[in-house]
Amino acid sequence: MSSTATAPAALSPRARFGRTATDLLAEREDLAVVIAEISAQHLEDAARAHPERVINVGIREQLLVGTGAGLALNGIRPLIHTFAPFLVERAFEQITLDLAHQGVGGVLVGSGGSFDMSGEGRTHQGPADVALAATVPGMVIHAPATSDEVEATLRAAAADTGLHYVRVSDRAQRTQIPADGAMHVLRTGSAERGSARRPPLTLIALGTVRDAALEAARALDATLLSSTTALPLDGAALRAHAGAEVVVIEPWLAGTSLAAVAAELDDAPRRFLGIGTSRTELRRYGTPAQHEVAHGLDAAGLVRRIREWSRPTDSPHR
Amino acid sequence: MTSPQILGAPPVTRERITALMSRLTGDEKHTVAATSTLDVLQVLYGRILRVSPAAADDPDRDRFYLSKGHGPMAFYAVLAAHGFFPEDVLDTFTDFDSPLGLHPDRLLVPGVEISSGSLGHGLPLAVGAAHALRIRRSPARVIVLVGDAELDEGSCTEAIEYAGGIGLDALTLVVVDNASSSYAVRGRIEQRLRAHGWDALRVDGRDHARLEEALSRRVPGRPNAVIAQVEDKAEAAR
Repeated sequence: MSSTATAPAALSPRARFGRTATDLLAEREDLAVVIAEISAQHLEDAARAHPERVINVGIREQLLVGTGAGLALNGIRPLIHTFAPFLVERAFEQITLDLAHQGVGGVLVGSGGSFDMSGEGRTHQGPADVALAATVPGMVIHAPATSDEVEATLRAAAADTGLHYVRVSDRAQRTQIPADGAMHVLRTGSAERGSARRPPLTLIALGTVRDAALEAARALDATLLSSTTALPLDGAALRAHAGAEVVVIEPWLAGTSLAAVAAELDDAPRRFLGIGTSRTELRRYGTPAQHEVAHGLDAAGLVRRIREWSRPTDSPHR
Repeated sequence: MTSPQILGAPPVTRERITALMSRLTGDEKHTVAATSTLDVLQVLYGRILRVSPAAADDPDRDRFYLSKGHGPMAFYAVLAAHGFFPEDVLDTFTDFDSPLGLHPDRLLVPGVEISSGSLGHGLPLAVGAAHALRIRRSPARVIVLVGDAELDEGSCTEAIEYAGGIGLDALTLVVVDNASSSYAVRGRIEQRLRAHGWDALRVDGRDHARLEEALSRRVPGRPNAVIAQVEDKAEAAR
């Protein structure tokens, strides 16, 4: 099998999804993968080995999710996959009614992120996927940021019985954290001189913005928290580490996670800033890196935006 | 696990089902619209489906998916008549805390396999169910009931093309045809299904012998459909 010859860490996150799904199919007889043509090239070995459990419904996204839900209703754990906008936007009612409302779980795997396919244009971009998925009752939302995190996340989600959305983006990060749902401290900012208080500025990086957020945290002497799970949030860790100014950085629609973060941080008055992709359509092609700059998601953009916003002297914690 | 006939319980006759429907609607007589699915349901639960309240979790039970969730009175009455839940539950129909609403909820009503209401969801779910039965090597079948106008939904087109394309023979589609689709052409439903590789028969939706014969039919390597012709909705309303 050709794909297994490649070292897992060398695979892109999306290819790692294919590899992990292939392994899970071999490990569990009550698991199936449902696709709608997309990523079939990453599942060729699996389809040969398990022809009845790699189900390609063609270019039919409503049927994609409905079929996965029908499997779940009958005791087969489904991994349901296509590009993020086709999965979450086109088949949204199937996610709400065929999975959540029926009371069954499944693992939805959306690839492409907000602009992995920058050259394809808006139709292949899914900046609203996390915001939409967050409206579905019981949905657990994951945004792993490395190939290893993708595998760990998929394994944990498949082992569970609930409803999960796994956002797989090929904007892999250098900084890796455990894919355990916890909020991890990647950097601690300096406390005010002579004070035992927490540093006021806290950045929370969700998804594939971790490296830029770490660079920004160094430049701003801020605390940086990050998790592979965007919902539900690790509230205890947020309350333990967040200062008076909290910036949520996410590579999808700006502000998506802001209300959930604020709800967890209701123990003290704070200021909040949400940084993410713009609601205005960019109408540009080019590279994903260019899109990150255009949305202000690169390190320089983050530092500039946060400096404009931050008013440390007004901070109620000072 | 044959069709249930509870010891000591009265037989599930037409009169018994309509009497139970009266407990839901308060009406002694039922309109044609309220009974469009009644004969199909009576035949399915009386003669075709291998289901029973005692085997509600049997992985090899037959599955019945009511996709056309509106007008569920006949469905609730048939389930109660077959002992899936106590008959006095029927008296609570549409109350705030009743399990019985205007569209069935599988988490509230014993014997209901899918929650329905929004049209076009049952057939894709049944495709997944048929795949699950195949994966599990189960001898069970899945029968999904839709209305003729429900086939307007694009999700039904997706499922019809796909199920025919791969020959999903654990799947049976029942179309209760009361000509309610705005652009209906009589006879086109079965033409459309056959064009996509289905076995399809149109029968009198009030004739129990013909319904039983058609619903018993299985064709290896092909999904099959039974179009149950009932009174036209427009004429029934006059």
